[in-house]
Amino acid sequence: MSNTNRRDFLGMSFAAVAAVGGVAALAGMKKAWDPLPSVKAAGTTVVDTSAAETNVMYTEKWRGKPVFILKKSKDMVAKASNNEKARDVIVNGEHFLVCIGLCTHLGCIPAYRADTENFLCACHGAEYDQSAINTKAPAPLPMKIPPFKVDGAKIILGEAGDAYNKMKEAGVLGSTPLDPKA
Amino acid sequence: MRELKILAVVVFFTLVTYWGVEPFAHSQMHKHVESENFEYKDLPEVEKGDIAKGKDLVMSNCTACHSITAENMPAPMDPVTSGASYGVNPPDLSNMGSVLDPKYLAAFIADPAKASNVAHKFTPESGRTHPMPAYNWMPKEDIASIVSYLQSIAKPIDELTAKEVFVESCGRCHAARYDGKVLGQKWTQIGQKPRFKYEKDSLAFDIKLLDYEDSLKKYMGKLPPDLSIIIRARGEHFLKTFIEDPQTQLPGTAMPRVGLSEEGFEKVMQHLEDIGDPSKPARDALGINFLIYMAIFTLFAVLWKKSVWRKLH
Amino acid sequence: MAHFSDAKPFSEKWLDERLAVKTLKRVLSQEYWIPKDINFLWAMGMILAVTFGMLLISGIFLLMYYKPDVNLAFDSVNYTIMQEVGYGWLFRHIHGVAASVVFLIIYIHMFTGIYYGSYKKGRELIWISGMLLFVTFSAEAFSGYMLPWGQMSYWAGMVITNLFSLGSLELNGLVEWIRGDYVPGDAFLSRFFMLHVLLMPLIIIGVIVLHFGTLRIPHVNNQEGAEIDFDAEAEKYLSGNTKEAKIIRFQWDFLAKDFMVMAFFLFFFFYLVFYHFEFAMDPVNFDPADGLKTPPHIYPEWYFLWSYEILRPFSKNVGLMAFGFAQVIFLLLPFLDRSPNAKPAHKRGLFKVWFWVLLVDMIILSVMGKVPPEGIFTTIGFVAALTFIGLWIALPFITMAEKKV
Repeated sequence: MSNTNRRDFLGMSFAAVAAVGGVAALAGMKKAWDPLPSVKAAGTTVVDTSAAETNVMYTEKWRGKPVFILKKSKDMVAKASNNEKARDVIVNGEHFLVCIGLCTHLGCIPAYRADTENFLCACHGAEYDQSAINTKAPAPLPMKIPPFKVDGAKIILGEAGDAYNKMKEAGVLGSTPLDPKA
Repeated sequence: MRELKILAVVVFFTLVTYWGVEPFAHSQMHKHVESENFEYKDLPEVEKGDIAKGKDLVMSNCTACHSITAENMPAPMDPVTSGASYGVNPPDLSNMGSVLDPKYLAAFIADPAKASNVAHKFTPESGRTHPMPAYNWMPKEDIASIVSYLQSIAKPIDELTAKEVFVESCGRCHAARYDGKVLGQKWTQIGQKPRFKYEKDSLAFDIKLLDYEDSLKKYMGKLPPDLSIIIRARGEHFLKTFIEDPQTQLPGTAMPRVGLSEEGFEKVMQHLEDIGDPSKPARDALGINFLIYMAIFTLFAVLWKKSVWRKLH
Repeated sequence: MAHFSDAKPFSEKWLDERLAVKTLKRVLSQEYWIPKDINFLWAMGMILAVTFGMLLISGIFLLMYYKPDVNLAFDSVNYTIMQEVGYGWLFRHIHGVAASVVFLIIYIHMFTGIYYGSYKKGRELIWISGMLLFVTFSAEAFSGYMLPWGQMSYWAGMVITNLFSLGSLELNGLVEWIRGDYVPGDAFLSRFFMLHVLLMPLIIIGVIVLHFGTLRIPHVNNQEGAEIDFDAEAEKYLSGNTKEAKIIRFQWDFLAKDFMVMAFFLFFFFYLVFYHFEFAMDPVNFDPADGLKTPPHIYPEWYFLWSYEILRPFSKNVGLMAFGFAQVIFLLLPFLDRSPNAKPAHKRGLFKVWFWVLLVDMIILSVMGKVPPEGIFTTIGFVAALTFIGLWIALPFITMAEKKV
């Protein structure tokens, strides 16, 4: 191998070794941006429903977002459509709405009206029914149901239990449009 | 050749400076204290005693202040009230038999202030007495029986976690902010602070803790330091000799000689490493790989340099 | 108006018409001639650049999680960064060890310059800009040391800002203004955070550019201090006679040797980062700052010890004057050295003695600066401080008497 070729080859090899080190350094730097253990530990919220009153909207915080907890009355359950009932979270025989309280249009927090048993978003006039399924534009989708697990009278937000997984398979979590009357 | 000479000169002066500024200077700042490896040479041996008799004695003499969870005996008061009454929360006795050295345990029961080397705090002039009374009126055989009983109910030291030993030996006086899954749910002298949903409950806990710490401050003279990162602030050798006998490192200190057995101390050290320097295993492991990579990197650098300079020499 | 052809966009010709890249390449690498007669000490500049780079990058990651608040700073470093952040402990160790090692390399680099006379005859500004870098790096190091807000951070901050009362002048108002408070507190921490993270790095980068600029025209020195006819030697090199030419190219001849020395350095550096770092991360600073409790031993980082010791043995005002003298005297080296020789010290008679005495004296001052000021240590420190001052007063006389080599 001529001197120039050998020099170039060694130069290239050296550069390659340096590049390997550089990539490893970048991987380490990427890890420094990962969410911290304390952030992940704060990823669940426990909601105690034992003191919840009927048709009164409670707002809990989960992962920095508002979550609506609404205990439905017997009447509300009676006049609910199939889609609406499919989104109910059952806790000790009671029906609850549990959803992320953010309008699926542009993220404002809709207000609940107990007299008309539905939601109105003040920002652009969107409306949702008792199961947070969108009934009036510009809301494109139902409010999203977060992962949840029922434990006695408690709802653990952030963990996916059986009921949640069933809703996921039925496609009623809110990632696809739903007919509120069906 | 000349380059090697120059390198030798540079290395020499660097090492001289390092020696002067580090090992030498530190030897001038801190006199070396030799460890006795938890032999407690100043304490007499303890005979084997009668376990059943020991149990009776403990039930009639000790459970008024001490809980024994191994026998389902709860504490007579909550930690904060205990602290206000005695200055510090009396320890649970379940594992004292395996965590503490038996010679120490016997000596402590006989005369707490003397065995823990804090008699200087409880002189007649001070008007203060040790919160635990001395049992030196008891026959030696009885104290030996108490020790045997405590040893019989204690979990073997190998079955205790490092944290359990730390809590038993240190945790009633020392908090550890970093000892918990997240900052905030820390070890406090009144127990691990749980995750509270409501700010009000968290503040209520903090107030209880502050009350306890006030009692502790009055009893000890000042608040014992948080031990979160003490392993890096003091190092293993200091901690070993200090825990063995605080007076050797800080004469006049209020910290009692704890009386840990050697295995008990190892567990405490392990816990202090876990909370104060948890990256050590990763550091040691990654270090090897890093240096292997750097060796390869250096090899290629040398080869390339030699090939470039072939045409220049 | 410059001439622009139909060259393909981003081709070499196209870039050359717009950015003079061919000229830049010629001046900064292909025809940046470096003397061949150099040793590994000539690589210290590159090592400093790499170490500064490591400080910058590790600093960026620390900056993501550090909280400049007296209640949060200590735990943000010792818990969040050291225990929670992915590889946070590694970034912190790299930053702390690099901050200490950079001064070792700075001193080697400085003393190399003094030994080989690389501050004379056209190279005065290289020396001065270099000493300005020493000063700015010192300010950067001091401000950085405040940030973990440990016991040493607090008390070093207290002691060093107290110096500004200027002894008998008792300028306590000035001291309070510097701190933004009566004692080092939250205002003090935030402003030193600003200095450490923004202002000083910008100034340092500017002075580095100046340092490189002042080097280009006088050229790098060589081991014998020989005068080189760069044009004649360049002709030899370019005609193919690279073996006999007395010069080499910056890229890749000089850089290849630089990288090799850097590789050895990095091996040593990372060994320290992983296994031997206590000299750079003093245990005293792992106690949270406590304004009501002074540690039994306070001392600056090792690279400030010689300077600290010059202050200590004298009375208040004399000490301050000696300290001020020590800070600026190195800057005056090109003008205090009156000899006509830009040669290595071993060819310069008495200057050779001056050099080694200065080096040993500064090491003694450093060690004395660390040990408790008692007994024989105070005497040795006093003698060493006087020697330091004496050496610099003697320098003009020693060098004036030097024969031309």
